[in-house]
Amino acid sequence: MLGLTQRQVLRDADGPPDENVVEPADTVAMPGGNDGDDMTSFKLNGKPFTIDTDPDTPLLWVIRDEANLTGTKFGCGVGQCGACTVHIGGVAVRSCITPVSTVDGAEITTIEGLDPNSSHPVQVAWQDLQVPQCGYCQSGQIMQAAAALAEDPNVSDEDIDSIMTGNLCRCMTYTRIRAAMRQAADAMKGG
Amino acid sequence: MSRFTRPTDSAPTALSRRGFLITTAGGGLAFSFLTACGAKDAPGDATTIDAEPYAPTLWYAIGADGVATINIIRAEMGQHVGTALARILADELEIAWDNVRIKQVDSDAKWGLMVTGGSWSVWQTFPIYSQAGAAGRTALIEAGAAALGVDAATCTARNGEVISGSQKISYADIVKKGVNKTFTPEELAALPVKPAAERRLIGKPVMARDIMEKTNGTALYGIDAKVDGMVYARPIMPPTRNGSKVNSVDDSAAKSVKGYQQNLVIDDPSGTVTGWVMVIADTYPAAIKAADLIKVDWTPGPTSKVSEKQIQDHAGSLLDDPSNGAILDTGVTDTTAAFAAATTKVEATYTTGTALHMHLEPVNALAFEKDGVMEIHTGNQWQSLVLPWLATALGMPEDKIVMRTYRLGGGFGRRLNGDYAVPAALAAKALGKPVKMVLTREDDTRMDSVRSPSVQRLRLAADADGKVTGMEQHVAAGWPTQVMAPFFMPNGVNGVAYDPFAISGADHWYTVGAHRVRAVSNDLANSTFRPGWLRSVGPGFTNWALESFMDEAAHTLGKDPVGFRLALLDGAGINAGSAPNAVGGALRQAEVVRRCAAKAGWGKALPADTGIGLATSFGQERGMPTWVACAAQVHVDRASGRVTVEKLTLVADAGTIVDPDGALAQMEGASLWGLSLALHEGTEFVNGQVRDLNLGPYTPLRLADVPDLDIGFVESTEVPVGLGEPATTVVGPAIGNAIFNAVGARLRHIPITPKAVLAAI
Repeated sequence: MLGLTQRQVLRDADGPPDENVVEPADTVAMPGGNDGDDMTSFKLNGKPFTIDTDPDTPLLWVIRDEANLTGTKFGCGVGQCGACTVHIGGVAVRSCITPVSTVDGAEITTIEGLDPNSSHPVQVAWQDLQVPQCGYCQSGQIMQAAAALAEDPNVSDEDIDSIMTGNLCRCMTYTRIRAAMRQAADAMKGG
Repeated sequence: MSRFTRPTDSAPTALSRRGFLITTAGGGLAFSFLTACGAKDAPGDATTIDAEPYAPTLWYAIGADGVATINIIRAEMGQHVGTALARILADELEIAWDNVRIKQVDSDAKWGLMVTGGSWSVWQTFPIYSQAGAAGRTALIEAGAAALGVDAATCTARNGEVISGSQKISYADIVKKGVNKTFTPEELAALPVKPAAERRLIGKPVMARDIMEKTNGTALYGIDAKVDGMVYARPIMPPTRNGSKVNSVDDSAAKSVKGYQQNLVIDDPSGTVTGWVMVIADTYPAAIKAADLIKVDWTPGPTSKVSEKQIQDHAGSLLDDPSNGAILDTGVTDTTAAFAAATTKVEATYTTGTALHMHLEPVNALAFEKDGVMEIHTGNQWQSLVLPWLATALGMPEDKIVMRTYRLGGGFGRRLNGDYAVPAALAAKALGKPVKMVLTREDDTRMDSVRSPSVQRLRLAADADGKVTGMEQHVAAGWPTQVMAPFFMPNGVNGVAYDPFAISGADHWYTVGAHRVRAVSNDLANSTFRPGWLRSVGPGFTNWALESFMDEAAHTLGKDPVGFRLALLDGAGINAGSAPNAVGGALRQAEVVRRCAAKAGWGKALPADTGIGLATSFGQERGMPTWVACAAQVHVDRASGRVTVEKLTLVADAGTIVDPDGALAQMEGASLWGLSLALHEGTEFVNGQVRDLNLGPYTPLRLADVPDLDIGFVESTEVPVGLGEPATTVVGPAIGNAIFNAVGARLRHIPITPKAVLAAI
């Protein structure tokens, strides 16, 4: 009963990239009883996911605690820091202020689902330039950048500042975020 | 002066291989944790290999596969500390970097003092891990020579192999044959450590081991820790940090929240938290919702009406009485004669406001008891500090409490104070099941160990030739070390104990004649909040005052601020420095000032209302100086008072640089912290609580306001010192001095607001 969850046991955080196994999310989670009247279904990283919970439950906690995808982080709870950023239909959204009932039928992508090999151009740039320090905000930073560059990789330096200024980095890795987004934008244009 | 002695290698001959295996081969749960938290080779792995691993010292073991697993007792909070420390050992061991694994350890007493702060990690660890690596290399050469049937003197070690002429044998094969040489502390100390010219990893570029996990969501922080059967908890914060008493709890409205279980009034015998009510639920959102609906009636503690102004006014009146506080040993501390004879006197008062940590991961802890042992899973910077609190709170011996340290979603000194572990553990004990406590951002802010506001008075005396003959710096602030770790307080020359971290920086390396530094504890601050160690601690305010004041003094004496500093950084007397940590003394500080000024174009023509200001520091403490200088170029909008920082130029001399990219990252982050604290942050106490509880009202620097950074290091093979904090303390005064040079306005309070700039113009 007291063992850590299977997913944690399988994780190997210091291992090389190809050993960073991300376990698939459970397909169904039903906390708080199964009275069946608050069901929400959506696609999470390409897989169907159904949850029975209060309609106003923030999507963030469903992703973290019910789907066990903890790469999406809780920072402020009021949409001010960006650590909880995920893609809903390809758009970067703050999951901490998104009620789960509003994503019924949506396609949601988290950091774990961005690229099967952790090698989305934005991730590659973040790795090349060693952007993360504590790393806590970086899932959100990467998801914010990836959504914007998917929409339009032709970004000016001013665009980069404007797109990313809503994501707080408390370690203040900002100059590297700037440079990495530029590198990723160039890679995505080239591709 | 070194207040924190380095942990000694507590692995004498008594620590045999068997000892190593016994102490690291934990139960299944420990294994799970270690795997979860980043250990490539959890101890259990060793059992899958026939031969026993070889552990030359406590700090690592080499397996029969030739892989070295290096134990890291420092918390990973963004400094890539495991990578830097492991490379020190691996370099000396002569092992291939690919065959090195990093293991974050538990809180067993055998690891010695476990604290990650003060920019100490590399400095503290370098000699120990160098010796440890040399021990392994020496033993493997000896055993390898025997296996090859050659004289050890003919052998060298390189890249995981022992080589003698055309013969060689791998570390893996040597370990398979069995190695059991151990070393006494004396033997360790006598081992030859490689000269700098033969280093192969230290100083070379590397991809930090924690980068990948931090770009794909797999890094595990305290907030990610889970066990089966756990309940979620959110506290309801009392009206005062200390001394609030719960009279009654009404949870009738919360009962409609699906998943709400119960509430729990926390009774904490350690006094770490008072007046806490814990709300228990099936899910965290349910705990949040229920906590908002529960009404608690408290008798607040005595500080429920305290304001920022009262705290600062109290600091001022404490400073008024010269008998208050501790006088630091700065050589000649009696300045009476210097000021009596002075031709010119300069005096100024500087203040700083309350600053918050705002680490992005709110504090949290998962606690559960298993087989009579309380396990605390959380991110923490000072396990050795919180363990005794937990022991008192729980009524359990320290050896029945284990801290499992996860990645920290920002430390910055907040998690040196592990107070948040205590209520989680008490709840787990009371409920008899695992409790996962998470604070919301607002809860976290109300519990923050803030950087105390401060009041400082500085005076300088100069003779008719403009020569500085005396100086004083009097500093009043809340003292984190007095409140939480009084056993670390040294005595001043007047016999009064003081918080070294709340005054460091004032005991500078300028030659100023008689020099009086007085540290005064603000007891109203200490009771209103639990003062925190915030990135750089005291120098964050002492150096703001000192370096602003040196500029003011230079201008008053009609001298160029850079030239004035260089003349005083003469390396004379007590400022000559000493081996091993401060070789060169003040002359090295002068050198970074000189280089920084040149790099930034000191003296060049600038557009209107634009100025460059310079400031310097020796980092955190005289016993471990990191020499740093910053030149800030700013533009001031005279209409609005808005200050735009256009560029920050920094030069640091931190001795040997172990991980160049990590070092640069620390300088980048620390310098932008300095900018953020100077222009963008700051809050104040209103009715015993900080006013700004979340991001939104509290506004750290964002990307759009980030200036260009130009950062350089002095190449050096001196003792490696720290880089996490020093750059934080030079940016604020550099900006203040630049504002003066741009528009003639002198700012004496941080944060600097447009309103204050307008008023000063």
